[in-house]
Amino acid sequence: MAQSNEIRFLNPPTVEVKKKKYCRFKKSGIKYIDYKDPEFLKRFLNEQGKILPRRLTGTSLKFQRKVAQAIKRARHLALLPYVTDLLK
Amino acid sequence: MLKQYETVFILTPVLSDVQMKEAVAKFRDQILAAEGEITYEEDWGLKKLAYPIQKKTTGFYHLIGFKANPDFIAKLELQFRRDERVIRYLTFAMDKHAIAYAEKKHSPAKEAVPVMEKEEKPAPRLKKPAVEDDIEIEIEEED
Repeated sequence: MAQSNEIRFLNPPTVEVKKKKYCRFKKSGIKYIDYKDPEFLKRFLNEQGKILPRRLTGTSLKFQRKVAQAIKRARHLALLPYVTDLLK
Repeated sequence: MLKQYETVFILTPVLSDVQMKEAVAKFRDQILAAEGEITYEEDWGLKKLAYPIQKKTTGFYHLIGFKANPDFIAKLELQFRRDERVIRYLTFAMDKHAIAYAEKKHSPAKEAVPVMEKEEKPAPRLKKPAVEDDIEIEIEEED
């Protein structure tokens, strides 16, 4: 037991194949994000109604800015809440 | 120089139907009086607000898309502020993508929308079907 330098695993190590994130707006050619569509904007919010970061959604910087702006407009018009619990 | 704008305002739910129409007509007339040009209009009806405004939980939403002189916007917003029937408003200067999107949404005739034949206007959340059919992947410079 002492001599074996090889590391033995009981279970075969799981190699996680990470799915590459992509910007959905770039991919599908959406150029304008509508602030009047709260159902769509909810995909970019967490349960408290906070805007999800780019590192989670994969949105490019250009569109993240537009998403954020659209969400803020929707909040102003009371289409989306500023703070909440259990959105969705 | 006319610019394309879009304004959404929320009227108090205490108004009757006639009063509500009258308030909308007032703002419509103001746009027309300032040599503006109304391109489209949407009445979303009585909607629930996501949070209470002035202790009201519902409101009449109305959207007007129009072309107007940029000087006029300040006057319009002043009117919104003065009018106590309006509990919230938003005026939005549209860029070319927004105009293209709005045109597509408000001209149901030319593009054959495959998903919905029954209703085009009443549902304001037609984001996906309206946009997804122009799938031309735009290649931009990567960062």
